[in-house]
Amino acid sequence: MPHLPLDRQLLNACAALLLLLSFAMLSQRRIVSLVNLLAVQGAVLAAATLLLAWRTHEAHLYFSAALTVALKVAFLPWLLHRLIRRLEVYWDTEPLLNISGTMLVGILVVVFAFGLAQPISHLASTTTRNAIGIAIGVVLLAFLMMITRRKAMSQVIGFLSMDNGLFFGAMSATYGMPMVVELGVALDVLVAVLVLGVFFFQIRERFDSLDLHHLERLSERS
Amino acid sequence: MTALLLLLGFPASGAIVLAIAGERRHAPEINTLFSCGTFVAACLLTLRIIGHGSLLLGREQFFIDPFNVFLVALTAFVGLTTALFSRPYMRVELAHGRVSNRRLRLYHSMYQLFMLTMLLALTTNNMGLLWVSMEAATLSTVLLVTLYRTPQSLEAGWKYFILCGVGIAQALFGTILIYFAAEKVLGAQGVTALLWTHLDAVRSQLEPTVLALAFVFLLVGYGTKVGLAPLHSWLPDAHAEGPTPISAVLSGLLLNVALYAVVRCKVLVEGSLHSALPARMLMGFGLLSVVMAAFLLFRQRDIKRLFAYSSIEHMGLAAFAFGLSGPVATFAALLHMTVHSLTKSAIFFTVGHAAQKAGSQLMDDIRGLITLSPTVGWGLMLGALAILGMPPFGVFASEFLILTTAMREQPWSIPILLVALGVAFAAIFGRVQPMVFGDTQGRRLPHPPALVPVFAHLVIVLVLGIYIPPYLADWYRAAAHLISGS
Repeated sequence: MPHLPLDRQLLNACAALLLLLSFAMLSQRRIVSLVNLLAVQGAVLAAATLLLAWRTHEAHLYFSAALTVALKVAFLPWLLHRLIRRLEVYWDTEPLLNISGTMLVGILVVVFAFGLAQPISHLASTTTRNAIGIAIGVVLLAFLMMITRRKAMSQVIGFLSMDNGLFFGAMSATYGMPMVVELGVALDVLVAVLVLGVFFFQIRERFDSLDLHHLERLSERS
Repeated sequence: MTALLLLLGFPASGAIVLAIAGERRHAPEINTLFSCGTFVAACLLTLRIIGHGSLLLGREQFFIDPFNVFLVALTAFVGLTTALFSRPYMRVELAHGRVSNRRLRLYHSMYQLFMLTMLLALTTNNMGLLWVSMEAATLSTVLLVTLYRTPQSLEAGWKYFILCGVGIAQALFGTILIYFAAEKVLGAQGVTALLWTHLDAVRSQLEPTVLALAFVFLLVGYGTKVGLAPLHSWLPDAHAEGPTPISAVLSGLLLNVALYAVVRCKVLVEGSLHSALPARMLMGFGLLSVVMAAFLLFRQRDIKRLFAYSSIEHMGLAAFAFGLSGPVATFAALLHMTVHSLTKSAIFFTVGHAAQKAGSQLMDDIRGLITLSPTVGWGLMLGALAILGMPPFGVFASEFLILTTAMREQPWSIPILLVALGVAFAAIFGRVQPMVFGDTQGRRLPHPPALVPVFAHLVIVLVLGIYIPPYLADWYRAAAHLISGS
């Protein structure tokens, strides 16, 4: 095993932490904790971006890290916490597949992700190429979470976690997207959460609950 | 440059003005006025492109060629006619108490914002911005789908948001992969590596394995928004539960814009791969959508859902034609996108009036339109015949071209397509006939509803079916040449 420089080791640690946090989210049913995990995931993402920025001296990565901190560590978790308090949704109900089953599927998903990342990491010239598999893993685990959860709120948290994974993927494969695209994506995510906030209140006003099984009538009708 | 600035400036300022003044009585007129301005700007831009060829503007951030300018013109035109239709339609909805003035403000503002995002998606040269504006198009319409706040509309909105959000996240990953491949060739400056024109110039040097993987993600991502089966399940719900003008623009415009994104990606990937993989995937998804939608048509009871499934069918047909990828097939696909967009929005306009009159969207409750109001009745009948591909309408011309090309290139697909088209004919015609000619106890409408947009659309479709003016044919040919590269 060759000796890795410290910053590479730290980056790998960040990547591993991201994956671990994804698994933690998969197993968590308390929505408040889910939001906290999401914030921590954002913080780890920001730390990884900062490390990479420091290493590669790419100015736009510093911007990207600042954006991640502002949006994903501070603003979105704050907004989600507020929504949770206002709507009083604290627990998700039993997921469609029980927790241990979901975790097992999650492991398979991660193996698949590494397989998928193989051709890409072969070609990548970035120092972070091993992390591409982890990024795809985070995306797919978030996907899994969205599939298995019933509460609208946990699905949204899954959606945001997927976005974290995509950002990490962009960062480890290409040191981030061009600034204008990153800003655009951040704007979209922000608007998406605001729209959802409005939307939650509408669902709530109608059904007195954020449980998605109320929202299954159309599929029966068609 | 001015034309482009006007084209994007009108809807942008319209969205702001209507967000402030949308509760006024004259908001629908303001909405129409801004849409009219957008249309004029689109015409100016089109004339410019016809005269001078492709344009690169704004530090290469905007790229306009015959392919997207024809979609820009179509988008602005249908945007204008829909605004004209929405004015009396939403007034009636307001009078029936289904919406309040405050919601109309949201409606008008979001309508302009939606137009802006679509025009931005069409004109941008940056694959990343294309993604951003596609996502923004979803976000601006989510609250429109839930405008009536009924349980069904909330469900439809939620499904629309989550499915399209997840879908489009896949497309972002595809875009990242394209950037990753491009960076190797175009250098890591990050400025030019996502610009479509630069990518197109070096497409044969891009790494094939990465691009193949990218195309899978892009097709699944943008394909969700096109409504390709099996990713279509948001589409009928969103179309059926939102207000009718929104169904018309979703079906007539948004699906086209999403298909445009897919085709742009296909051009790049095909140039790199030198294999038929992207074409085959488009054909496969297209054919599956045609067949699935045709058979699901029979199970529909809601009139807007019926025509939403018909949109899936036609988008599948267009995707299939792009997959055939010769110049003739591409020409046919472009023509099909145009005529479908015009016909389907015309149908939604008449359906909106019919459902408003009957007070229900269930087809069993809508009867005898021809006695209630001959204009609505004939509008629906002619629209349905046009969409079913009856000659002499334009849909016939494009479907005929697609079928004859398919017969030469992929003969195995012919029986499948013919069966699907036959089934769709039986399903839709069998439903529309009693709705138009059946018995009714309802009283005749005192004054005929203004259906100028419907007949304007149908006349254009008719003209396109009988005689395509030479300059328009040249234009389609130029676009087809750009896409098929031969």
